Amino acid sequence: MNILVCGVGGQGVILFSNIISDLALTAGLDVKKSEVHGMAQRGGSVTSHIRYAPKVYSPLIEEGTADIIVAFEMMEALRYIHFLNPKGRLIYDTHRIDPLPVSIGAVERPTDEWLQEQLTTRVGKPATVPENGDRTAANSMSRPGGLPPFSASAGTPATSHLVRVPAFQMALRLGNARVQNTVMLGAISCFLEFPEDAYHQAISRLVKPKVVDLNLKAFSEGRTLCSKT
Amino acid sequence: MTKKLLSGDEAVAQGAWEAGCHVAAAYPGTPSTEVLEALSTYKDVYCEWSTNEKVALEVALGASISGARAMAAMKHVGLNVAADPLFSAAYIGARAGLVIVTADDPGLHSSQNEQDNRFYGLMAKVPVICPSDSQEAKDFTRRAFDVSEEFDIPVILRLTTRSAHSSSVVELGERQARPVKGYEKQATRNVCLPAFFKVRHVDLEQRLDRVRAWNEGCDLNRIETGSRQLGIISDGVAYQYAREVFPDASFLKLGMVWPFPQELVRRFAGTVDELVVIEEVDLFIETQVRALHPSSVTGHPSPITGKDKLPRTDELSPRVLRSSLSSFLTPQSSLLSPQSSVFNLPNRPPALCPGCPHTGLYWALQKQKLIVSGDIGCYTLGALPPHAVMETCVDMGASITVAHGMDKALGESEPRRRVALIGDSTFFHSGITGLINTVYNQSNIITIISDNRTTGMTGHQNHPGTGQTLMGKVGHVIKPEEIAKACGIKNVVVVDPYKVKETRKTVRELLSKDEPAVIINRRACALHVRLQNPPYKVDPDKCNGCKTCITLGCPALSWERVQGFTGSRVQASEPEPQNPRTPEPHSSVPSRGKALITETLCVGCGMCADLCAQEAISQSPSSPAPRPSPRTGGAR
Repeated sequence: MNILVCGVGGQGVILFSNIISDLALTAGLDVKKSEVHGMAQRGGSVTSHIRYAPKVYSPLIEEGTADIIVAFEMMEALRYIHFLNPKGRLIYDTHRIDPLPVSIGAVERPTDEWLQEQLTTRVGKPATVPENGDRTAANSMSRPGGLPPFSASAGTPATSHLVRVPAFQMALRLGNARVQNTVMLGAISCFLEFPEDAYHQAISRLVKPKVVDLNLKAFSEGRTLCSKT
Repeated sequence: MTKKLLSGDEAVAQGAWEAGCHVAAAYPGTPSTEVLEALSTYKDVYCEWSTNEKVALEVALGASISGARAMAAMKHVGLNVAADPLFSAAYIGARAGLVIVTADDPGLHSSQNEQDNRFYGLMAKVPVICPSDSQEAKDFTRRAFDVSEEFDIPVILRLTTRSAHSSSVVELGERQARPVKGYEKQATRNVCLPAFFKVRHVDLEQRLDRVRAWNEGCDLNRIETGSRQLGIISDGVAYQYAREVFPDASFLKLGMVWPFPQELVRRFAGTVDELVVIEEVDLFIETQVRALHPSSVTGHPSPITGKDKLPRTDELSPRVLRSSLSSFLTPQSSLLSPQSSVFNLPNRPPALCPGCPHTGLYWALQKQKLIVSGDIGCYTLGALPPHAVMETCVDMGASITVAHGMDKALGESEPRRRVALIGDSTFFHSGITGLINTVYNQSNIITIISDNRTTGMTGHQNHPGTGQTLMGKVGHVIKPEEIAKACGIKNVVVVDPYKVKETRKTVRELLSKDEPAVIINRRACALHVRLQNPPYKVDPDKCNGCKTCITLGCPALSWERVQGFTGSRVQASEPEPQNPRTPEPHSSVPSRGKALITETLCVGCGMCADLCAQEAISQSPSSPAPRPSPRTGGAR
C-alpha cells in the first residue's frame, strides 16, 4: 500500500502519517515513512510518503503508484496528483490556504472551480461527503461562486475515486481547527483494512493526553462523514 | 524482540546507546538534529548541544581520549566546520570508539549545498559507513563503534536526508557494558607536534590498510545474487531505490564505502555481464570501480554504467532510476504508469510564521540605504519577497565577516551602509570571532543580532543564550549585548521588533551615525513561546488599501480585491485564469483592494496594527479563537 499525504506545514501531516504507520507496524507489516523536516516545513508544501507491505524497499513512492493520496489542502492535492495510480483514490479537503506569493497579491490565485475541474479531469467525479447537520454554517464560509453545495449525488466512496471531505470545517465545528488531520484520518479509515479499534488505540498512544478525547471525536466524525454516503 | 518504527536519526541514537556510548555532542542541523534529541532521552549518556560542530567533535574526541565511547553528530556542512579536528582525530586514533555522524542533504531540502561527505573519508583517512534504512542505521552505528575501537581510528557514519528522516522498522537491543577506561598520558599519540605526528601518519596508513583488508570480507557489505545479466553496486538509500526498480538484478550492497573493498568489487564484477553503479550526487564508488578496470588506463570503452546516465545533482528516486536507466529495463517495467501532467501552480515557498519577530525587523530594514549580508537560519527567508532585504548568505557566521570585507572594499565609494544580520544561535556558533575582527580591524558596519531566544529553524534547541542545556540544567544566560560590549562595540542597543515603527526609527538613527553598532532584535520565536492574544481584524471601512501591512510578509495577512469585499475571505468573481500562475506584479494589481486577516492564522502579535496609519487594524474583543498553529499544527 502506498499512501501519499500532502498539505501545508502546520496542518498535522506528520502526526497523521505517524498514526497510519503505527497501525501498519502493529499489524505486523514492514513499513517505511518518509518526510522532510526543517526549512521545507516553514509554511511550505509538506508531503509524507507511507508504504507498507510484507517487505518494502524504497522509502519514496514512485510517481503514478500511490494507491491513495490524502490532501489537507485543495491546491496541494493538484500539486501532487501525478503521484496517483490511475486506479488510485484521492481523499481531499476543500480547505484552501493561500501561499505567500498569492496572499501578497504577486501571483494569481487559482479558483476553487478551476482546481476542482482539474482534479475531476484527472480522477473522476467526486463522491461528496455531506456536511453533518448544519449545512449553512459551512456554506457561509465558502466563497461566492465557490464549490457547489455539498451533495451525495455524485457517487459513493466505494465507487468514486475522488472523495471530498470538509475536514477543516468539521474541525472548526468541533472547536479546534487543529484536529483537521484526525477528521481526515477518520475519512481514510473507511478505505483501509485496519480495524476501527486499532485507530482508537493509535490515537490514544500518539496524541497528547489532554486532547485524546477531542481527537477520538474528530476521528469518529471523519469516519461517519465517509461511511454515510 | 521489541520492534519499533524509528527514523534513521532515532535509530542512530538507539545504536549509540546500545554500543555503550558515554558522551555525545552536536550542533543542531537538518537532517541530523534528531540524533541528539533522541539520544538525550536515554539514561547513561551525557548529551550536549555544543556551540558549533568543531566544538562538538573536539568534545567527543576528548571523551574518546579519556577512554569513553563518544559520538559527534552534525549536518554535512557542519563537518566542514569540524574538519580541522577530524583530520587530527584520524592521526590520534580512537582509544575508545569515536563515531562522527554526518547527515548529507542531496536535493538541498534544507541546506546550502549537496556536498558528498563520503569524500571526507578519503581525505581524512577514516572509514565511512553508509546505512540504507533505520535497522541498518542502528546496527551500523553499533558496528561503527566496534570498528573504531578495534582499529584505533575514528569512523564516519554517513546518513542522507532520506535515510535520516525516513522511518522504518527496527529491532531493539540491549546496552553493552562499556565502562570508561580512564585517561592515560600518551603524548606521542595525543600531541600533534610534527615530530610525533610524522610517525603517527605512518601508523594511520597502516591502521587504514588493516581496515581495508577487514572490509573485503566484513558483513557490512553483502552480495545478493540475482540475474547474471545485470550487476548493481550501490550504497545508502540509493540501494533501496535500485532494489525497487531492478528486483531481478544481482547486487553488491556496500555498507562501508571507505576504505574501498577492491577485491570484493572485482569478485562481484566477475560474476555479472554488465555493471551499473547507482549512488547519489557524486561519483564516489564509481571512481573507485573505474580505477579497477583496465579501461581506465587503456581508454577502451568500459562496460561500467553510472553517472554517464544518472544525474550528478539532486537526490535519486525510483522514478529517476527508471527514466535514466531505461535501457536496462524491460519495456513493461520501464514506465509503471503513463506520465501525467504536472500542473503549473503557484509555488508554496517556506515563509516566516505569523508573529515571527524577524518580520518586524525586515520591515524596519526595507527601503533604507543599506546592504544586508545575512546568515543561516529562518531569517534567511528574508531574501525572498516581500521582505527581500537580505543580499548575501554564505555559511554560518559569514554575515559579519562578509559585511566587513564589503566595507573594506567599498569604503566611502558606496553610500549604502554595510549591515550584517545574524541569529542568536548562529552568533554563538561562529559570529563572535567575526565581530571581534570588525573591532580589531576597524570596519564601520552595523551588526544586527536577531535574538529569538532559541535555535528556531531546527526545531527550538537551547543554546548559550538561553542558559538551558540539553540535559535540562539551568545555568548562566550569556547575553549577546554583553559580548558585543566586551568586544569593544560602544553602540549597543536592544529593540523589540513588535514595536515595528520604533525599531525602524532606531535603525535609521544608527545608520546615520558614522560608527559601528550592534542592534539586538529581541523577541521570542512565535512558535516557541505561543502568544495567547486574541486575533486582529481589519475594519474594511477604515482600510484605505495602502498595503503597508502586506509588506510585513505575515502569512495571516492577505490582499483582497475590493470588489465583493465583505470583511471575510472572498474571491472576486472573474473569468477563470487559463494559466493560474500568470504573474501579476504589485504595480499592476488594481489599487482598489483591502487587507484581510485570516483569523485562524493570526497569533495576535500586533505588528500590523502598529504599522497601520489608518488605525484600521484592531484586536477582536473575543478570547483567542481556536486555531491551527502556523506550522506544528495537528493535535499533538
